[in-house]
Amino acid sequence: MMRLLPRFVLLAMLALAGVAHAQAIEPMPFANHAQELRFQHLTAQLRCPMCQNETLADSNAPIAHDLRGVVFKLMQQGKSDEQIKQYLVARYSDYVLYDPPLQPDTWLLWFGPLLILLGGAVVVVVTIRKRHRSGSVTIEAPTGNGDDW
Amino acid sequence: MSRLLPLFGFLGLVALFAFGIWWNTQHDQNAIPTPLLNKPAPAFDLPQLYEPTAKVSKADLLGKPYLLNVFASWCIECGLEHPVLEAEGPTLGVELVGYNYKDAPADAKRWLAEHGNPYKVLLADESGQTAINFGVYGAPESFLIDAQGVIRYKHIGPLTPDVVANELKPAIASMLKEAR
Repeated sequence: MMRLLPRFVLLAMLALAGVAHAQAIEPMPFANHAQELRFQHLTAQLRCPMCQNETLADSNAPIAHDLRGVVFKLMQQGKSDEQIKQYLVARYSDYVLYDPPLQPDTWLLWFGPLLILLGGAVVVVVTIRKRHRSGSVTIEAPTGNGDDW
Repeated sequence: MSRLLPLFGFLGLVALFAFGIWWNTQHDQNAIPTPLLNKPAPAFDLPQLYEPTAKVSKADLLGKPYLLNVFASWCIECGLEHPVLEAEGPTLGVELVGYNYKDAPADAKRWLAEHGNPYKVLLADESGQTAINFGVYGAPESFLIDAQGVIRYKHIGPLTPDVVANELKPAIASMLKEAR
């Protein structure tokens, strides 16, 4: 019995986790399952403007509830995912997109890591060439009197 | 020289860290940029809080600049902002338009009776659907709208005496100067 107890606790916790997650998403009158999946997929790509570390799908904030309603309404009107995103971006800026668009003010964001990588490569190449030119590629043993560090 | 390189690297990181902390004290982390700045305010047609049958539209408010102040009785920061609106409102040179956001009318009226009513016009958006067109995502938020109905300035969060003096009043001054 004592060995089973942890399993019961685990099961109970798993069940509660399911409840906690389901709370954020109130039932909506979807026409079919495909539409529901599309809704879940789309709202998971959009950021709640109020609580900025949560998606529209996960957030319990009042504005997230309202914006889920807007997404649902626009879907019923036959708008594409792209049109729905544009609708929200026009009101809440690119902030609502988890995937930032590639445009001049995000170039640094997209290509910055590449620049740093290239910088590192330059340092490595320069160092190797220097060592090569000095005639030795082996690491020299410290020759100081021990005060170096 | 190369012995000091790690130290310089470390100092560089310290500088970056200090800059990050300084930057975050200067900026509201919850404020997101509005794409509506210097664009026509979205159209609206909303009931008034004290006269629900007499609706007010964007067209009704054209011709005079106004400060649209989004507030709600459930919003704690609005209680902090309200004394500032009461004190500074008459000195702004523009009319105050209240925008009661996602609030039960009875709660809003009770809240205004308690805190005072500095608003010339009081709109009620109980569902919050119109507010979405303004990019509102909480309260308080304030929009400065000119006589042509263009959004000239937006502030997210409570208007403090500091914000009024350093941001709102200069924005109003440049708007009025342009209109003249």
